[in-house]
Amino acid sequence: MDSVTDIRKPENIVYRKPALLTDNIMHYCPGCSHGTVHKIIAEVIEEMGIQDRTIGISPVGCSVFAYNYIDIDWQEAAHGRAPALATAAKRLNPDKYVFTYQGDGDLASIGTAEIIHACSRGENIVVVFINNGIYGMTGGQMAPTTLLGMKTSTTPYGRDAKLNGFPLKITEMLAALDGTAFITRQAVHTAAAVRKTKNAIRKGFEYSMKDIGLSFIEVVSTCNSGWKLSPVEANKWMTEHMFEKYPLGDIKDVLK
Amino acid sequence: MAFKGTIEIDRQRCKGCSVCIANCPMECIRLSKAVNSKGYRYAELANDACIGCASCATVCPDSVITVYRVKI
Ligand SMILES: Cc1ncc(C[n+]2csc(CCOP(=O)(O)OP(=O)(O)O)c2C)c(N)n1
Ligand code: SF4
Ligand code: SF4
Ligand code: SF4
Ligand SMILES: [Mg+2]
Repeated sequence: MDSVTDIRKPENIVYRKPALLTDNIMHYCPGCSHGTVHKIIAEVIEEMGIQDRTIGISPVGCSVFAYNYIDIDWQEAAHGRAPALATAAKRLNPDKYVFTYQGDGDLASIGTAEIIHACSRGENIVVVFINNGIYGMTGGQMAPTTLLGMKTSTTPYGRDAKLNGFPLKITEMLAALDGTAFITRQAVHTAAAVRKTKNAIRKGFEYSMKDIGLSFIEVVSTCNSGWKLSPVEANKWMTEHMFEKYPLGDIKDVLK
Repeated sequence: MAFKGTIEIDRQRCKGCSVCIANCPMECIRLSKAVNSKGYRYAELANDACIGCASCATVCPDSVITVYRVKI
């Protein structure tokens, strides 16, 4: 039988960090879903061979520095305004692949108007929506997506519908708009889930060149620091609580 | 068909989050006793049961695992 040192040869490599990810150490907390999603976006762009034809729009939120990690062209938007920048980038460069990367505070709170109208206009862009149910960057405040009963720094006794309203399922809302082509909700807590999310992102990129409208990939994610759990406990909590309100699977696909 | 595998972990970049450990079907990853220069205990191989399935590397948020695999 081969020993470990016999196996450890370049020709036997079956998985490694995609070359499109820079060598910068990510500023994210240990176990944060943002890093995993960055990695699969890099893999998709690399596998499609579109590095010099892709423009990313980064948000305000923990992923504000996404441009430090994936070696493509980027613009950094004002809070919630990534779909507006993406609209301009895509309309001026229809041969380019354009995507936004946005958190739930960015997309479903301050940026609600932008995402609704970008979807309604049927912009040929991809939106990657990281729903971790909280404002991670600013210290764990309630987001529109925070679950009822969930404790955050602004709902210390748990979100109460009477006081704080209900969790916003914005993804289902966007599926009702005629300008959206592909809408799905995925996660990255297991290897199988990561592969599904990667396939969905690839489909979104492919659809963005078919002139059929906007592709929207929600990734139900963890913010273990904001949730005050370990990364592994946060993944478990997500499967037990988040998936009930935010079930995984495709919601809309106009080509099916 | 059976596979034998092994992994290589970039210790200095590992943040010890342990999601790789939770995703390994062969229970062959553990956290080190020592810490890296950032103060994190890092992932390391615990035994030689690895089958090179790449589950650990696929879920690693910091992309620090390289996976090798051969047919046996
Ligand atoms: C105009 C404006 N309002 C408020 C803020 C403060 N702020 C920064 S990030 C953020 C929310 C980020 O939450 P989310 O989009 O969910 O990203 P996460 O950090 O959770 O990934 C807020 C309110 C800001 N930077 N600019
Ligand atoms: S605060 Fe939350 S979202 Fe931000 S890097 Fe840490 S775990 Fe990730
Ligand atoms: S998932 Fe990656 S960063 Fe986390 S402990 Fe494992 S090797 Fe380290
Ligand atoms: S490649 Fe598979 S078997 Fe080997 S350490 Fe990673 S998860 Fe475990
Ligand atoms: Mg958030």
